[in-house]
Amino acid sequence: MELVTPSIGLVFWTSVAFICLLIILRKFAWKPILGAIHEREQSIDEALNKAELAKQEMARLTSQNQDLMQQARAERDEILKEAKTLKDSILNEAKKQAQTEGAKLIEKAKIEIENQKKAALAEVKGQVSTLSLEIAERVLRAQLDDKTKQEALVANLLKDVELN
Amino acid sequence: MDCNRVFVSKVKRLTIVFTLLIAFLSIKIDTFAQVDSAVVPVDSAVAASAHAVSGEHGTKAEHGEEKFEPTKVIMEHIADSHVWHLWGHTSLPLPVILYTPNGLEVFSSGNFHHGEHDYNGKYNNYRLEEDHIKVVGADGKIDEEASKSILDFSITKNVAAMFVAILVILVVFISVAGAYKKRVGKAPKGLQSLIEPIIVFVRDDIAKPNIGHKYNKFMPYLLTVFFFIWFNNLLGLVPIFPGGANVTGNIALTFVMALGTLIIVNINGNKYYWKHILLPDVPFWLWPLMVVVEVIGIISKPFALMVRLFANITAGHIIVLSLISLIFIFETLAIAPVSVAFVLFMDVLELLVAFLQAFIFTLLTALFIGMAVEEHH
Repeated sequence: MELVTPSIGLVFWTSVAFICLLIILRKFAWKPILGAIHEREQSIDEALNKAELAKQEMARLTSQNQDLMQQARAERDEILKEAKTLKDSILNEAKKQAQTEGAKLIEKAKIEIENQKKAALAEVKGQVSTLSLEIAERVLRAQLDDKTKQEALVANLLKDVELN
Repeated sequence: MDCNRVFVSKVKRLTIVFTLLIAFLSIKIDTFAQVDSAVVPVDSAVAASAHAVSGEHGTKAEHGEEKFEPTKVIMEHIADSHVWHLWGHTSLPLPVILYTPNGLEVFSSGNFHHGEHDYNGKYNNYRLEEDHIKVVGADGKIDEEASKSILDFSITKNVAAMFVAILVILVVFISVAGAYKKRVGKAPKGLQSLIEPIIVFVRDDIAKPNIGHKYNKFMPYLLTVFFFIWFNNLLGLVPIFPGGANVTGNIALTFVMALGTLIIVNINGNKYYWKHILLPDVPFWLWPLMVVVEVIGIISKPFALMVRLFANITAGHIIVLSLISLIFIFETLAIAPVSVAFVLFMDVLELLVAFLQAFIFTLLTALFIGMAVEEHH
């Protein structure tokens, strides 16, 4: 079977060629190629890790930001709320004050009116009394023009006095 | 490992199939020879009668083309040769290097004129007979005794084709290595990006899972084996010069490759590996048997590698050539499209086989190395 009998020449040349190929490739090809691939893989790994870290940092910062935002919002809300209550209280107070002030004013006005009324009434009373005195004087004068009438009146008055 | 057992059984099956194929072919040679001898007299008889009837027919028969013998053609291709046939009657003569008991003889195989002439060397006269160089005695006949004493170290067609493949490999990988030096830390480009995934594939899918953390030491060998086999397989598929030689389908080459694996596995075997072989964990009365079995196991693993690669590549070449031969057997152009279609299909399949065989050889080498360097706890 010639086909399955290795010939010495080919065995020799294959051995020589293969060993030379192995040595040359190991020195000039596999070492630099595998080294470069390994290095690149490491740098890629590193870069990926760094990216992952950056992502985490980013996420942390974002969450921090969000927290801050939330805090700020809450603070704002609180401030607004406070302001509102403050406003309400101020308003209420002002209202109350206004009311009391108004009430006081009304009270004062009432008193004033009362006083004015009293004064007016007093004046009216005075005028009425002077008017009535004048009327009475005139009536009396008219009545007491003649002597008889005067004497009758005095007699009348005296009669009253006697009664007393 | 279970994996290994499966592979070995597959190899055994393949070996059986291939032995049957070889047997079939050798039987075929006989039948063809018989048919030829049966046909020739008829032909000559017809020619004679035709000659008797008309002179013209007779001359045609005499000029008749030589009978096409597919087995001979295929076997000539599969086997090694001292000349590299290019096309038609043009061949490239290759250097012949003979180691004789008297000293080295170097001359061109062109001196044989395709075996038609003897060559008078320094020490002996040589004749090319069926592509073997034989010593011619003083009586003009082949001296078998003297022929056995010379060793043929010629640069044959397979050696030359292998050198071409090695040249291609060197050019490709040294340029790729240069690209890595030029573009440090950058993405691969051009040829580099074609080769890099394959290198990474060998590293991550062949070496790492099978060898473990010590894989780095064996990477140069595995990569060299992988690309050497693959490039030779691919060049073998190229039908024109400088491809087309059946390099990886030659048992001598696969023998050397398997021997390399045998050596590298056994010199790297650790104490657990040798203990497993020499002091197997079996009852004492089984011990002699087990040691023999284990020692056979050392040999059979690379033997399987040798036969698998040889058989696969040779079988591929035989099938392609057989399909092409169909055209000449039927002596009609009508069969050509069918043949070409089948050859195309086979060539595509062979592209896969070329890769697959390089892969399997490397994978099994890695597996054997892994078994030899495995640490048991």
